[in-house]
Amino acid sequence: MTDKDIIARRVAQELHDGDRVNLGIGLPTLVAQHLPASVQVYFHSENGIMGMSPLPGEGFEDRNLTDAGGRPVGALPGACAFDSATSFGIIRGGHLDVTVLGGLEVDARGRLANWMVPGQKVPGMGGAMDLVTGARRVIVAMTHRSPTGSKIVEACTLPITSVRRVDLVVTELAVIQPTEGGLVLLETAAGVSIDDVLQATGAALLLSPQLEGRDPAARSH
Amino acid sequence: MSSASPRRKTLPVAEAIALLPDEGASVMIGGFMGGGSPVRLIDELVRQGKRALTLICNDTARPGVGIGKLIDAGLVRKLVTSHVGTHPGTQKKMLEGGIDVELVPQGTLAERIRAGGFGLGGVLTPTGVGTLVAEGKRTIAVDGRDYLLETALKADFALIGAKRADYAGNLEYAMTSRNFNPLMAMAGAVTIAEAEDIVPVGAIAPDAVVTPGVIVRYLVGRSSA
Repeated sequence: MTDKDIIARRVAQELHDGDRVNLGIGLPTLVAQHLPASVQVYFHSENGIMGMSPLPGEGFEDRNLTDAGGRPVGALPGACAFDSATSFGIIRGGHLDVTVLGGLEVDARGRLANWMVPGQKVPGMGGAMDLVTGARRVIVAMTHRSPTGSKIVEACTLPITSVRRVDLVVTELAVIQPTEGGLVLLETAAGVSIDDVLQATGAALLLSPQLEGRDPAARSH
Repeated sequence: MSSASPRRKTLPVAEAIALLPDEGASVMIGGFMGGGSPVRLIDELVRQGKRALTLICNDTARPGVGIGKLIDAGLVRKLVTSHVGTHPGTQKKMLEGGIDVELVPQGTLAERIRAGGFGLGGVLTPTGVGTLVAEGKRTIAVDGRDYLLETALKADFALIGAKRADYAGNLEYAMTSRNFNPLMAMAGAVTIAEAEDIVPVGAIAPDAVVTPGVIVRYLVGRSSA
């Protein structure tokens, strides 16, 4: 299993039957493949649909039914389409239960940066700022490290996406919950020690009560 | 002739685009990554070489696709949009200064356009507070929460992609091709709609109409001359 699949599988466990969910482009889209059959969620896409499904099969492509990346998709019975103001009214108005987004950095205050690298990569924020600001629950799904270091940092060096504190960060190494008191390490992935996570992380981590005592030496970090 | 009979709205695509000045028009174009964009109107903008456009659109699609063709042809001077990441040419021209790009959060873009078409001065949104997007904007607190004042957007022309139109200009859309189209239709001083099919008046039930025909000035068929 690749790192991305480890992340997607863990994020899928956070979704509940009936949730209205928006998955960001890239890694987050893998989450749909890891949903248990018993969990039926409504996938929302910014371009104006609730109830999006994978393309039912070859030959079902319809240029008027795509995801936010422009790829052909399907729609479940009960799906509905709407304009962009309604689509973002759903997001900002508190009608979207969960969004799963990729990240470039998350900091000790739980702030996410994921929309630009000044002077290098400026794709635009698309729907990300509205999603992070408005969704009831924001889950960041990202690899723990970049080629240059940890993506979990004391303070974001890149422009932030929102001042809103994200709710959960899932990486291939750990599950971390940003709180008012700081970042709390909730879980480590299979075969990963607390020390491994601490060494890969550029910000202070608190240990959840479940993890405390498992590896007392780590508490001194 | 009945007084309720609508003025003829259908136009050949070349005549519709000839209404735009050769240089400097502000134009809203519907569509999302090419889906729902008025492709014939875009091709005709390129063919007639309408230059120095101020373009308001969700994204610039990809090279050779939909709105991306206007970037490819070098016709855009200013761009107000939420996402350019799928078109390398837009990013390159933006970083080199060839196109003046204003990046707007997608939900804010939708609301600014809606405000423009609905006679409002702007909207208050929590999106962007405390980020680069807030620079130079007023922050207004309402009931203890901060909002940005985002001003309305309008354009000289709105170019709309629809599924069906009747000859009175009433428009229906299909699934995710609706996106920004109904909002932009209201915000253009002159709205030109391109429909996959143009049907007799009455074929679209009044309750099924999304964009009222009275705001659509001209109609172009997807395949007719």
